[in-house]
Amino acid sequence: MSTAHQTVGPYWHLLEYEGWDDLLREGGPNAGMEGEAVTLTGRITDGAGAPVTDAQIEIWQADPEGRYDGAFHGFGRARTDEAGRFRFRTVKPGPVPGRGNATQAPHIQLQIFARGLLRHLTTRAYFAGEALNHSDPLLALVPEERRGTLIAKPGAAGEWVLDIRLRGDGETVFLDI
Amino acid sequence: MADPLPFRRDDPTHQPPLHAPSYRSTQGRAPLLAPIRAPITVTEASAPRFDPAHYPTRLDLSRLEGRPALGERIIVAGRLTEEDGRPVANAMIEIWQANAAGRYDHPGDQHDAPLDPNFLGRGRLFTDGNGEYRFETIKPGAYPWGNHHNAWRPNHIHFGVHGAGSAQRLITQMYFPGDPLLALDPIFNTIPNAVARERLVSRFELDLTVPEYALGYRFDIVLRGRDATPFEDGHA
Ligand SMILES: [Fe+2]
Repeated sequence: MSTAHQTVGPYWHLLEYEGWDDLLREGGPNAGMEGEAVTLTGRITDGAGAPVTDAQIEIWQADPEGRYDGAFHGFGRARTDEAGRFRFRTVKPGPVPGRGNATQAPHIQLQIFARGLLRHLTTRAYFAGEALNHSDPLLALVPEERRGTLIAKPGAAGEWVLDIRLRGDGETVFLDI
Repeated sequence: MADPLPFRRDDPTHQPPLHAPSYRSTQGRAPLLAPIRAPITVTEASAPRFDPAHYPTRLDLSRLEGRPALGERIIVAGRLTEEDGRPVANAMIEIWQANAAGRYDHPGDQHDAPLDPNFLGRGRLFTDGNGEYRFETIKPGAYPWGNHHNAWRPNHIHFGVHGAGSAQRLITQMYFPGDPLLALDPIFNTIPNAVARERLVSRFELDLTVPEYALGYRFDIVLRGRDATPFEDGHA
């Protein structure tokens, strides 16, 4: 029996996470790393469409070559602001091996923690326009009309936008892993 | 490359549901639709390895720059394992908690209880080669919250744990034995199974207690184990 989850609550910000939303930060584990810098941003909203202003978001991603065990440290943590917005600066991951001989399209795993969530939620951000999205094994499991909730759209230069709706209209697809 | 083994799925009665009317904040935030069951890939089977050089440890919450915090000093220790008993070594554990008066050092906490200038209420540590951890702190106080009339959270310490796979990520709360508020707490009681609930309650241990210094509490943490049976939907 594994230990039961309990909500992160409203005060997780006490954890020190200075600059962890910038995976390329000066003095950080990836300082000086090569790769296409991208920003992943979006707004988290609740069942009423109101911004979720106290959420913790963590990402886990591969390096540009699709490796999790290389020198790149693919972990980040961000908070949402008064508008429910989060923002990460990172590098774009490469395609990653899937099960069997499959290849997964480039993606970033997101885990969302907040007051009112007794367990965290897991989802993914894919990148619009990637040819591999059409053959990605996980996207294939998602009903077509909901697939868009997992696909970040290009915004301003180098920016990818993925809004997350926790509940209700346009609800994000969450993953049971 | 061999496919990663999936992680064992919890008995649903051993985990809190996302929908729990007794915990009011779930009502606007818990998703309405069922999650998509996804195969375990390298994304879920791998996890960040944290280097203490970038994630500095803080093992003693009971004092700040040598000045003691107010309250009852305690020692908390335990072991981090997977379900098969295998220890999880070098895992990063983060902790945060209210002070002895039941107040968080956080701008959002408006409870009319004193802040303690010598207590920040946050720590970070790494398990050793046997999955063991230990830290010192002060016993957190109970605090009121707006969930319902006269609602008080039992004494608790928040724990965040990173395992060897991102699918093992765990955030939980450690409680204290004999707390009369446990029976009344909606968050604790969302876990249906009584044994699973009791595992969140630390045990007082005389062996961890240091004479003339501090009481010791044991809190063992178990992450999801690997499941040797193939993924049932034919993705194996
Ligand atoms: Fe708390």
